[in-house]
Amino acid sequence: MRKPILIAVVALFLAGCVGLSWRSAIAPQAPPLASLFTSEQVALGAQMAAAGNCAGCHTAEGGAAFGGGLGLDTGFGIAYSPNISPDPQTGIGNWSEAAFARAMRDGVARDGSQLLPVFPYTHFTKLTDVDLAALYAFVMTRPPVVAIEQTNTIRFPFNVRALQAGWKLLYFEQGVYQNVATKSAAWNRGAYLAEGIAHCAACHTPRNRFGAENSHSAYAGAGFDGWLAPPLDASNPAPLPWTQQDLYDYLRMGESERHGVAAGAMAGIVHGGLAKLSDADIEALGTYFGDINDSAAREGGAPAALALANSRRSIDAGNETEPGANLYLSACAACHYGPMVKPPAVRSSLALSSAITSDDPSNFIQTVLQGVGGADTPGPYMPGFANALSDADVALVASYLRRTRSDRPAWPDLTAAVAARRR
Amino acid sequence: MTTPATTSFQLNGKTLTVTTPPGTPLLWVIRDIAMLTGTKYGCGVGQCGACTVHLRGRAVRSCMTPVSAVAGAEVLTIEGLSADGQHPLQKAWVQTQAPQCGYCQSGQIMQAASLIRRFPHPTDDDIDSVMNGNLCRCMAYVRIRQAIKLAASEVQGAESHA
Repeated sequence: MRKPILIAVVALFLAGCVGLSWRSAIAPQAPPLASLFTSEQVALGAQMAAAGNCAGCHTAEGGAAFGGGLGLDTGFGIAYSPNISPDPQTGIGNWSEAAFARAMRDGVARDGSQLLPVFPYTHFTKLTDVDLAALYAFVMTRPPVVAIEQTNTIRFPFNVRALQAGWKLLYFEQGVYQNVATKSAAWNRGAYLAEGIAHCAACHTPRNRFGAENSHSAYAGAGFDGWLAPPLDASNPAPLPWTQQDLYDYLRMGESERHGVAAGAMAGIVHGGLAKLSDADIEALGTYFGDINDSAAREGGAPAALALANSRRSIDAGNETEPGANLYLSACAACHYGPMVKPPAVRSSLALSSAITSDDPSNFIQTVLQGVGGADTPGPYMPGFANALSDADVALVASYLRRTRSDRPAWPDLTAAVAARRR
Repeated sequence: MTTPATTSFQLNGKTLTVTTPPGTPLLWVIRDIAMLTGTKYGCGVGQCGACTVHLRGRAVRSCMTPVSAVAGAEVLTIEGLSADGQHPLQKAWVQTQAPQCGYCQSGQIMQAASLIRRFPHPTDDDIDSVMNGNLCRCMAYVRIRQAIKLAASEVQGAESHA
């Protein structure tokens, strides 16, 4: 009895998707002349593109900027980023501004096909007309790159573009960012940037089984490329809360003396992307996240937490015969000695790092294996120990620091966890 | 990624441009290309401190630092610490006769130079925690500690007379 009804409902849904998904193509046009844009527009667009880290996804390893071709493991298969340079044949050179705006705001390509939500139009929909026009001006004045789009390996049924319409019904809310009246101008600016172009939640919010950001656990932290994009809400496990000032220091310089330094993908985002934003915009991001993580209410406990973290240095004396302590003292402590009354920002006290207090050991392991910083990065540098320490050695250091630098339960199965994160 | 790459950086105040496989350790560039052999190879895995140099003013292990990572940066070796070999640490090293065989001492001195900048009045605890990764298989640790304190007091004396 029920089966025919179910089939009918599913059929109706699918038919609905196909109907909803149908969007007309927007006619191709000759690539716009650079003279159509003002230099102010292009400069603003450059800032927006940097804040959105567009080149991060739309550039293949070693490839020309915006030429696309980077494979992104979506969990549903590999999606290759398209060429968004203004080449008319293989890029988006023949997209009008209307077509560009529709892609950004509604996730629909110029030819009318639905884009996959690995492209975070769910955030870009919040951009103002002015910022969107500036971004178009910037993209259309980049050097064209001839690079043919690679074929995605997204599995059935997720590769059926028409079904994206159903996904949108469930998970997509279109519309420009609206100011929250009870909050300050700086807070709203921060929220506009974070929720819009910077799409912070794309990494820092867990996704549901259909790949949509889980709105009930916004900024609760999520795994990303073998790292942990830590929680940005009050559940962040750093011993000291991330205040507006801490967030400013971290997002501006890539280092906070109360927390540590930007590593992994975030190092590139800070030094290569956010670096193009004004101080006021970085302060606004700090204002927004320093509020939604409830740092003001938690700051009262900070002096005691700092004193506790600082007191943990003395633990090493007397532990020298323990293999983990020995490795730590030789390989790590020559730089991560600490602490002064005021901890140094680089080579920060490891007892203040959420890489050690997180229940997920990913960031600790990745930082040890890959190090921090490198060529032309104006900031802290730590060599990667991937070739110096075995899986078992990294595990020994990890478990030693977890035990002596935090009050959290031991990390399980560390040697296997290290092995899994080696490239 | 074994295609040779060109890297430029400042070595003891002079620009050095080298073309090497990108993973080449800074240590080999310093010793075999710049021919500055004061910096020593000990373990090659960041466990002994013999290869310590300064990168942007901070002590790092050059055996573990790929040369590609120092592009555009300032690197200082034992040869560049003082033009005439009269850095307070070098004088204190002679005065206390700190080294035995001497192999580890350039690394010890470079690590100590970064220590006395951060801890102008180093205690035994400070010295232990900062110098712990610099091994001396002759066990000259007692004299090394003395030398560091002597140098720190000379720096302080010089500053208070300035």
